[in-house]
Amino acid sequence: MKTYYNPDDLARFSEISQYDKELADKFFKWYQEVFAEGALSAREKSLIALAVAHALQCPYCIHAYTEDALAKGYSEEQMMEAVHVAAAIRGGASLVHATQMMNRINQLSIS
Amino acid sequence: MPTPMATLARQQHPLASTEVQLKYLDEVTGVVPPFAHQLQSAGLDLKALAPEILQINVGKLCNQTCRHCHVDAGPDRREVMSRETMEQCLRFLDRSGMRIVDITGGAPEMNPHYRWLVTECHSRNCRVMTRCNLTIIVAAPRFRDLPEFFAKHQVEVICSLPFYEASRTDRQRGAGVFDASIEALKVLNQQGYGQPNTGLLLHLVYNPVGAFLSGPQHVLEQQFKKELHQRFGIVFNNLYVINNLPISRFLAFLLQSGQFEEYMKKLVAAFNPATVPALMCRTTLSVGWDGYLYDCDFNQMLDLKITNSNGTPIHISDVTPEQLEGRAIRLSQHCYGCTAGAGSSCGGQLVQ
Ligand code: SF4
Ligand code: SF4
Repeated sequence: MKTYYNPDDLARFSEISQYDKELADKFFKWYQEVFAEGALSAREKSLIALAVAHALQCPYCIHAYTEDALAKGYSEEQMMEAVHVAAAIRGGASLVHATQMMNRINQLSIS
Repeated sequence: MPTPMATLARQQHPLASTEVQLKYLDEVTGVVPPFAHQLQSAGLDLKALAPEILQINVGKLCNQTCRHCHVDAGPDRREVMSRETMEQCLRFLDRSGMRIVDITGGAPEMNPHYRWLVTECHSRNCRVMTRCNLTIIVAAPRFRDLPEFFAKHQVEVICSLPFYEASRTDRQRGAGVFDASIEALKVLNQQGYGQPNTGLLLHLVYNPVGAFLSGPQHVLEQQFKKELHQRFGIVFNNLYVINNLPISRFLAFLLQSGQFEEYMKKLVAAFNPATVPALMCRTTLSVGWDGYLYDCDFNQMLDLKITNSNGTPIHISDVTPEQLEGRAIRLSQHCYGCTAGAGSSCGGQLVQ
């Protein structure tokens, strides 16, 4: 079956440097630093990444960070709660715009 | 629900044969480089130092049938070490001066001569470690006093617990195993194991429940300590974090789930040359239930025996440690499991 996404492409991520090595090198270095131990632990960052991956619906990131979260000892329950946080923010971000819709309704309507 | 599992041996599964397992490991060299080549290209070779730890596998009999077991252990296995072979192990200890013993299985406590062996090792002033699956302590009344017995002989107890929650633990080890393990840990704690200033050491062994590698040991240890203490009031000393090696029942799982090649690639991608000097086969000597010698418990389960120069297997009754020093370790692709990431051994990860 042909699809736009090929699981093997995840391992080829570094090949993006072929067309612009300098920027790619900067990106990968920055990426590594972002995920290093800091004020937040590498473990906490992994769970944030898993949640964001779901918000962005990136199959590569979901593949990678599901495994990373398992490796770092998160339980299924914790991982699912993180995805609900991402989904709640996504859902909330849509719903809160309803206030804009309501403002516009009020503006256009004869009261 | 966890799938109850019979041993591969009982199922007469093709993977019960070590030749079949080695064939799979051999064939995967089309996908990943042979481990020996990998070492060579990193400018490394793997030779044994003087043996320090005698790891005695007293048999494949076990009260559990865990999904990932590299021993293919279970209640139906009948291979257990005889008293005579144990005596040969003790004589080897006497002539070698080696003073660290690590007893494993199966569930070693099910061997009828287990307590005798522990007592004999203890009386020789050996540091004695025992690998305990926890549930055995609560499996029958006759095992209930094990914690007391361990304490009396100053045995270091190393227990398997793949996760701090029931569902993941039971998927790997069988229904109800988590609750029984927690009960056993409480008894060990009551006995003073894992408690400060008792000198009674209690370590846990973590392994991933599936086809992924272990995260950093210190991170997982912190997590385990926090969760087990908060949830159950349990304390322990160290967490030994290990990787699953692609042999026996874990190999069967990888093949059944279509993840064997992917897992091998994962191990190779994580190859860390810094782990090689610390690999356990350099200082541990593994002896099987029938007294034959191996570089490690994994090689034992693949039947990769230590041989003399004419290819004859070496038996513990007929060797001195000096003859074993400097020998080349027998390698196959499963060795990638020990060199992945921070490395893996019976004592946990090998490098920071
Ligand atoms: S992993 Fe340990 S407890 Fe589980 S079946 Fe194998 S020997 Fe028994
Ligand atoms: S499996 Fe590990 S411990 Fe055993 S011989 Fe290979 S590298 Fe050494």
